[in-house]
Amino acid sequence: MITLQWVYGLAGAVFAAFAVLGLRDAGNPRRFRNGAFWGLMAASMWGGDRFGDVGNGLLVLALVGIGARGLGRSDAGEVPSTTLTARAARHGNRLFLIALAIPLTALAGTLLFKQFPALIESKQATLISLGLGVVLAVAAGGALLRAPLALPLQQGRRLMDQVGWAAILPQMLASLGAVFALAGVGEAVGGIVRLGIPEGSLIGAVVAFGLGMALFTMVMGNAFAAFPVMFAAIGMPLLISTYHGDPAAISAIGMLAGFCGTLMTPMAANFNLVPAALLELRDEYGVIRRQIGTALPLLAINIAFLYWFAFAAR
Amino acid sequence: MWVLLGIAIIVAGFMLRFNPLLVIVAAALATGLAAGLSPVAIVAAFGKAFNDTRYVSVVWIVLPVIGMLEAYGLRERARTLIGGLRGATAGRLLAGYLLLRQATAAIGLTSVAGHPQTVRPLVAPTALAAAEAQAGDLPEAEREEIKAWAAATDNVGLFFGEDIFLAIGSILLMKGLLEQYGIVVEPFQLSVWAIPTAIAAFAVHGFRLWLLDRRLARTKGRETEA
Repeated sequence: MITLQWVYGLAGAVFAAFAVLGLRDAGNPRRFRNGAFWGLMAASMWGGDRFGDVGNGLLVLALVGIGARGLGRSDAGEVPSTTLTARAARHGNRLFLIALAIPLTALAGTLLFKQFPALIESKQATLISLGLGVVLAVAAGGALLRAPLALPLQQGRRLMDQVGWAAILPQMLASLGAVFALAGVGEAVGGIVRLGIPEGSLIGAVVAFGLGMALFTMVMGNAFAAFPVMFAAIGMPLLISTYHGDPAAISAIGMLAGFCGTLMTPMAANFNLVPAALLELRDEYGVIRRQIGTALPLLAINIAFLYWFAFAAR
Repeated sequence: MWVLLGIAIIVAGFMLRFNPLLVIVAAALATGLAAGLSPVAIVAAFGKAFNDTRYVSVVWIVLPVIGMLEAYGLRERARTLIGGLRGATAGRLLAGYLLLRQATAAIGLTSVAGHPQTVRPLVAPTALAAAEAQAGDLPEAEREEIKAWAAATDNVGLFFGEDIFLAIGSILLMKGLLEQYGIVVEPFQLSVWAIPTAIAAFAVHGFRLWLLDRRLARTKGRETEA
């Protein structure tokens, strides 16, 4: 049977390739750190189930230690822009078709694989079909673009090094949620929040969740970081446990409410301040000013969606 | 109540721009200690959760595909498409870009466009040229405003398109976090809920761009009268 372990095997292989190619990237002054970081990720994917809990914990601490000191990158593997322009003219929209292979396979697999529970772990159909989609897209690239097999890995390594340590941020935040759950953070915050929300008011709780996501995101500059906090505080104890809302809709729309906050904060410098500098605006908040008029109505709409899709329309 | 210390550390740590990885570890330690766990137990709990949520980082297996396509000119192709956007007015041009940005982000191509890739070299100058064709020469403050609109449109398109793709960090972060609370959902179930907001974002931002066009047309009117 094809299980999630197969996907981990594939991901481990990809990270291992990033590690090896990173180590051989002589132009990167910190290539040993990059090699070790992606190597540890490969080890986690391949052997995480055999390391034990403390072993995995130490692996995380090692990743954090290396990541916090900073990874490096080089411009090795960059394709000259004249070549890119020529190739773009030759391949045209075929490039988008190959890109579509991933979401289409993921979508088709999610729907189809459920019919074959003996062959494929149906609970993980989406992730398994994602892995399949990647393999298909690389194969299509080989066939249609004549891309050699090493090229996707080398280019992937280049993009991975651009992301750097931030690559494990979502997984770290999801894990922090486990410690929050273990320590009863949700109950503690829920107790405080309940003082502010009128007893038994579903609308009050929905508004507090949506606004809270936006505000915490504005303060921290990152909706990913706000999510575990607000989920432990209001999402889990009130919206899901007390009012029995749909967890998927609550999470997804709550995250989007957070994105509305991202549009309004200078803390999200990458999106809001860096472009202002890039466009040589004298007003460094110029981009944020244009975004507030979209973010505020959209936040209200998200809160309404949250109420409607997670509760009223169930 | 001391378990709330972890939340305070997360908020303060992100605000003060410490390395987020260190902030998360510090928050986990503080929360666990406050709940009476030993340091080893905290490391073990975090390690177990990290291992259980490995699929969150599985998203990165798409990078080789994106890298391959970019090496064969995907970004240049995207630029040609954006350069071919015809709308004659700044508002319509930006609305077309918004749609394109949402659509490409929704199939996982978050990096084919962006501030350095497309906004600065392409979207901002074309929008500016269109605006000046509509309203005549603009004062510097209004030129800045049009450029800011271009950057804002890129952000709106990215944020409210990317969550429709099911292999994006935020979707798998949600899946991972929900599982820590014993709730199992498929990434697909999460990503469909991004569609209504994506439509709403296009409607709201598109409406504001339409208002921008109207304002530019009025500016032109004032000039001809004077």
